[in-house]
Amino acid sequence: MSIPDTAVEPVTYMAGAAAPTTGKKLRAAMNSSPFYMLLILIVLVGFFSYVSPNFATTFNVRNVFLDASTLMILAIGMTYVMISGGFDLSIGSVLVFSGVLAAKTMEWIGTDNAMTVGAGLLAALVGGLAWGLFNGFCISRLRVSALITTLGSMGSALGLSYLLTGGSDVRTVPNTLIKISTGSFFNVPYLVIITVVFTIIGMVWLHMTRFGRHTYIVGSNPEAARRAGINVGNHQMRLYALSGLLAGVAAMLSLGRFATTTLEGHGNDPLDAITAVVLGGTSLVGGSGTIIGTVIGVFIPAVLSNGFIIMGIAPFWQMVVIGFVVIAAVYADQIKRSRRAA
Amino acid sequence: MRQDMGASGVRQGNAPILEARGIVKHFGHVQALQGVDFEAHAGEITAMIGDNGAGKSTLVKILSGVFKPTSGTIFVNGREVSFSSPADAHAQGLETVYQDLSVAQDLSPAANMFMGREKKLPGLLGKLGFLDNVTMRRDSVAAFERLKVSLKDMETPISSLSGGQRQSVAICRSIMWAKSVVFMDEPTAALGVLQTARTLELIRRIRDTGVAIVLISHNMRDVLEVADVVEVLRLGRRIARYKNDGTTSVQDLVGAMTGALDPVAEEFAA
Ligand SMILES: Nc1ncnc2c1ncn2[C@@H]1O[C@H](COP(=O)(O)OP(=O)(O)OP(=O)(O)O)[C@@H](O)[C@H]1O
Ligand SMILES: [Mg+2]
Repeated sequence: MSIPDTAVEPVTYMAGAAAPTTGKKLRAAMNSSPFYMLLILIVLVGFFSYVSPNFATTFNVRNVFLDASTLMILAIGMTYVMISGGFDLSIGSVLVFSGVLAAKTMEWIGTDNAMTVGAGLLAALVGGLAWGLFNGFCISRLRVSALITTLGSMGSALGLSYLLTGGSDVRTVPNTLIKISTGSFFNVPYLVIITVVFTIIGMVWLHMTRFGRHTYIVGSNPEAARRAGINVGNHQMRLYALSGLLAGVAAMLSLGRFATTTLEGHGNDPLDAITAVVLGGTSLVGGSGTIIGTVIGVFIPAVLSNGFIIMGIAPFWQMVVIGFVVIAAVYADQIKRSRRAA
Repeated sequence: MRQDMGASGVRQGNAPILEARGIVKHFGHVQALQGVDFEAHAGEITAMIGDNGAGKSTLVKILSGVFKPTSGTIFVNGREVSFSSPADAHAQGLETVYQDLSVAQDLSPAANMFMGREKKLPGLLGKLGFLDNVTMRRDSVAAFERLKVSLKDMETPISSLSGGQRQSVAICRSIMWAKSVVFMDEPTAALGVLQTARTLELIRRIRDTGVAIVLISHNMRDVLEVADVVEVLRLGRRIARYKNDGTTSVQDLVGAMTGALDPVAEEFAA
């Protein structure tokens, strides 16, 4: 509709409102938590490279990236879920469950070719999706809190994994999968390439599409989202499904890399992912966050523990340091929010 | 001039663009609305007044599709409608400025303007869900300029705006999308004197384009200044309807709201 432009004295028009200048964008970016965290990361990398000749080697960098890749895949899903104001504590167990499902499927088929791996991947994705949909259903339809729902499925998924395997890891991983996971392209491991592709897709989808926009709105003000005609429940379902699917993907990567289902190896995954997401500047109450921040948040602990190992310092110090850094990061976010609200 | 509130509750002349009959709303044991009749006409400003807790916001939320009424019927352009979500009300051309503004504090003004109705890019990218941020920002700036709202920064989250600016964004959003009715639940509550005057002027201009305005306000002077019709709610009922033809005073309105000066209204409510 158009409104006749009469009466009312004209007031200041918005100078420069239409097109944000690059300078303004840069200043906004430099004021954000990911930027500070990037500085910390650069300082860490610089420090370790300076004090140890073994840090900035191809071999070591490769290792850091490989170690970070599974967590990165999980952290993408966690970023989406947390921007929407939720949590997903189940991803580690769902990863294990999906890995078991995939390994069992491939074992049952018994062949060792691309088709076998494809079937395994499908099983892993179906397993992850099923848990994600279950979480989403409980949270959006039954209105059980995300914390409790995903805590519950964290236990159940792991329990089922133990039941399916009788408590011991499945080690019959087809060579085709191991070859994919350990192979590389110009010295860049396929695992890392896959992770980078997922990260970029996750980034573009979050920041440039309607799905991503709705994720921010739901996290920022779910009631307003509902009044604006957004189906908040459906959106939450999709987000938890996404998180579960990504856990399925991570399961295949892990299965290929370690050639076993690593039943015991993923208890800390959800907390590590949340740590990365929070370090990357995503708000604990939802509404804001970025994938690039999460990338930085994944690498800070990874670089720290790798650097400590190389320097001969007990890697447990990484846990100590990161614990305090997370608290500081959340404190800084709260200060920023309360200053903005005032 | 006080109007006859006969059973039909219908006034003379043209048919209302929006009409509600016998709206009842219970929240558990709380009876927020106990059979409210309401109507709004195209090209008119209908003020809805009443004490705190009278049920104004609840009625607006029902007419906006946020709440389902416990019972009662709603007509738009004479046709019975039933809103199962706010999107249904939007589809009928009804827009709302909520008392709590209903904005996403973490998002930019343009993102808020197009909340839930984002524009996508043309072609394949649009099919994949990619947003047309340039167009959305341009349309938002145009809407702000048309309504003479000044925002210095279109990029920062609106949490960094002043309360009045945030309210302006909510008002501009509803006006940009409204085709037949705009509900405004205390739209000037956070505004200064100048902004209030400007908003009232704006409300008149929108009215003159043929849209029906439903204005909720606790400021009787503002109400008498702009309203064509004043509907009074008390304890979940409509108890009076005044035509604002210069014969109605603030005392009349306050009396009707509180029930103090109004034996007729008591009778009507019984
Ligand atoms: N979601 C809800 N749940 C329970 N009770 C509610 C709810 N919303 C409103 N009520 C009750 O309904 C009644 C009417 O409230 P409403 O917000 O419609 O009043 P109002 O006329 O808008 O008041 P105000 O002028 O203070 O904005 C109140 O008694 C309120 O407590
Ligand atoms: Mg109210």
